[in-house]
Amino acid sequence: MFKGGFIQNLPKIYGLYTGGFIVFILMMAIAEQAGVTAKTIGILFVAFTVAIYALIGYLSRTVQVDAYYLAGRQVPTVFNGMATAADWMSGASFVALAGGVYFGGYSYMAFLVGWTGGYVLVSTLLAPYLRKFGCYTVPDFIGTRYGGNGVRFCAVLVLVLASFTYVTAQINATGTIAARALGIPFEAGVWVGLVSILLCSMLGGMRAVTWTQVAQYIVLIIAYLIPVFWISNKIGAGVFPHLMLGDEVARITELEGQFGLAKNSAADMKAAGVPGGLKSIAVAHAGVGAGGMAVWKYISLAICMMVGTASLPHILMRYFTTPSVKSARKSVAWSLFFIFLLYSSAPMLATLSKISLMDPNLSTGIIGKSIADVQSIEWVKQWSSQKQVFIADFNGDGILQLNEWFMRTGVVVLATPEVAGLPYVISGLVAAGGMAAAMSTADGLILAIANALSHDVYYNMIDPKADVRKRLIVARVLLVVIGAAGAYIASMRITSILGAVAWAFDFAMSGLFFPLVLGVWWKRATREGAIAGMLSGLTAGTAYLIYVYPKFLGNPAWLGIDHLRFGLIGAPVCLVVMVVVSLMTKAPDAATQRMVDEVRVPSGKSILGRAH
Amino acid sequence: MSNKEKHWQKTRGHMIMTLCLWAFFSMVIFLFGYEINSMSFLGYPLAYYMTAQGSLLAFVIIIFWFANKQEKIDEEFGFGEKED
Repeated sequence: MFKGGFIQNLPKIYGLYTGGFIVFILMMAIAEQAGVTAKTIGILFVAFTVAIYALIGYLSRTVQVDAYYLAGRQVPTVFNGMATAADWMSGASFVALAGGVYFGGYSYMAFLVGWTGGYVLVSTLLAPYLRKFGCYTVPDFIGTRYGGNGVRFCAVLVLVLASFTYVTAQINATGTIAARALGIPFEAGVWVGLVSILLCSMLGGMRAVTWTQVAQYIVLIIAYLIPVFWISNKIGAGVFPHLMLGDEVARITELEGQFGLAKNSAADMKAAGVPGGLKSIAVAHAGVGAGGMAVWKYISLAICMMVGTASLPHILMRYFTTPSVKSARKSVAWSLFFIFLLYSSAPMLATLSKISLMDPNLSTGIIGKSIADVQSIEWVKQWSSQKQVFIADFNGDGILQLNEWFMRTGVVVLATPEVAGLPYVISGLVAAGGMAAAMSTADGLILAIANALSHDVYYNMIDPKADVRKRLIVARVLLVVIGAAGAYIASMRITSILGAVAWAFDFAMSGLFFPLVLGVWWKRATREGAIAGMLSGLTAGTAYLIYVYPKFLGNPAWLGIDHLRFGLIGAPVCLVVMVVVSLMTKAPDAATQRMVDEVRVPSGKSILGRAH
Repeated sequence: MSNKEKHWQKTRGHMIMTLCLWAFFSMVIFLFGYEINSMSFLGYPLAYYMTAQGSLLAFVIIIFWFANKQEKIDEEFGFGEKED
C-alpha cells in the first residue's frame, strides 16, 4: 500500500488519519446512543486525540540538526499550509473568536481582517527571502545579515518577549480544556497540557511539530465546521451558512430594535452580582459606528495585527521548512486559505448562536421569555453553576430582557451545540478541537523560543564548537525548561495581569518588523542601525504600554492608541531610528551587499547551508 | 542594467502593486465602512460582509495571484528554481 518514501505518501497517510478520526466520531455517537455518559465521551475525545499526536511526535524523532530545526526542508506546500494554520490559530482563536464577534460586532472584526491581511505582507516582503537565506531561526537571519552577536542578541530579546507573552495564554487554554474534559483541577490540567505539548515536540523538534500540527489542523477544522453547518441546517437558516445567513443578520438587527440595545452600568452589574468577565449584548450585530474615531479605531487595530503577524517568529519559521523558495511563497497562500476556512466561519457561528437565543420563533429562543422558565432549561442550569452564564432581573418584571442575559465569550463556541440541541458527541468534538488549537500554537511558540536560545545564544555565542549531539541535548533541555516556566506562570492564574494576546503582536511589530523587512529591501541598512532600531522601538513601545495600560499608569490614550495598539508607537520609532542611524554609519561591506543580492533571486544555493 | 537589477526592479514593482491591492481591501474600504454598510451583498450589509468574509477571501486570492506572477517573473529572467 505504501510505496515510496514518507513524503510521497503524505496524502494517503493523512487521508487515512482523517477517515479514522471520522470513524472515531461516529463510534462516539453510537456510544452516546448506547448510554455512555457525556463525561466519558469528553475524556475519550481528548485522550484519543492527544495519544495520536504523541505517537506522531515519537515516530518523528530525529538526531539530525536540519531535521530538528527545519524538518529537513522537505515539507510540501499544502501540508506546510495546514501546519502553519494550526500554528497560527490558537486556543483563543478557536474558543474566543466567535464570542468576540458575538459581543464586539463590527469593530471587533478588525481582528479578522488584521489576522489574515498580515499574510499578504508575509508573502510579499519576507517569507520567500528568508527561505532563500536558509536560516534556522529568525535571529539567525538578523545575526547573519547584519553581522555580529550584539544584533543577534537583540533579535532574540524581542522574540522571547513576544513569544512568551503569547505562550502562557496557550498553556492556560490547554489547562482549562484538559481540566474540564478530564474532570481534574485547573492546576493539574496545566501540567497535563504541558506534558502533552512536550510529547509532540521534544524528540523531533520542528519535524515532529510539523507533522503533529497537520494532524491537529484536521481535528480543529472538523470540530469547528461541523457545528456551524449542522446548526445552520437545523434551524433552517441555509445549507451553506457562509453564503446564506443574510436574512438571519437582518433578523437580528430587527430583533435588536425590538428588544433594545442597552448598556448596563458597572454599578448595576455589581449590585446584581454579575460574575467578572461575563457580558451582555450591547453592540449592534452588523451596524457600523459613524465618525472619524470609529474608522481610526478599526483601521489602527487592523494595522497593528497585520504588521504584527508579519513579525511573529513562530509563523515566519514555518516557511523555512519548504523545499524551495517558490513553494514557500505558495505555502503562504495555502496557509491563509486554511485559516480563512475557520475565520470566515466565526462570524457565522456568532450569528447562529445569537439568533438561536434571540429569536422568539425558534424553540431555543430565551430572550423575552419568563426568567423562571429559562432557569429551568438544562444547559442554562449547567452553565450557570459554572458561572459561565448569568441572569440579572434588573427591572424586576420576571421577563428576560436582552441586557439581563450574561455570558462569558468562550460560551459561544463551547455551549452553542448544546443550546441548539445537538448531541453531546459534538461538544466532545469541540473540546478536542480547542485542545488541538491550543496545543499546536503552544508547540510552535515554545519551539521558537527554545530554538532561538539553543541555536543563537548557546551555539552561536557561548559554545560554537559544540557537536551535534550536545546542541540537540541543549535544545531539548531548553524546550522543557521554557515549557515548565510557561506552565508555572499559567498555573498561578495571573495571565489576566500579563495582558492580552494582542500584546505579542505589538511587541513583535515594535522590535522586529523593520529590521527584517529592511534587511532584505534596503542594502544600506547597517548593523548599528538595526541594533538602535530594535532597542528604541521596543523601549518606546513598552514605555507607552506602561504609560497607557489601566493596570499600570493608566493615562488617557493618545489619539485613541490604547494598550492593544502600542505597536503604532514602537514600530515608527524603530523605523526612524534605524534609517537615521544607518545613514550616519558606514555602508555595509561588499560581501554583505552581495549576500543581499543573492537573497533576492530564488535560484541557486541558500546563503546558510543545510547544517550550520 | 544587469539582468539581476532588471529582475529586482520588476519584482519590486510587483510587490508594490500587490501591496496596493492589500491596502485597498484592508484599509481603504473600511474608511467608508459607515457609508457602504447601507449597500447589500448576498443579503449582508456590505461593510459587515467585507470584514466578516469578503476581505479575507480577497487576501487569499491576492496571495495566490502574487505567487504565480512572481514565479513567472523569476523564470523570465532565468532565476526560476529547478524541481528537486
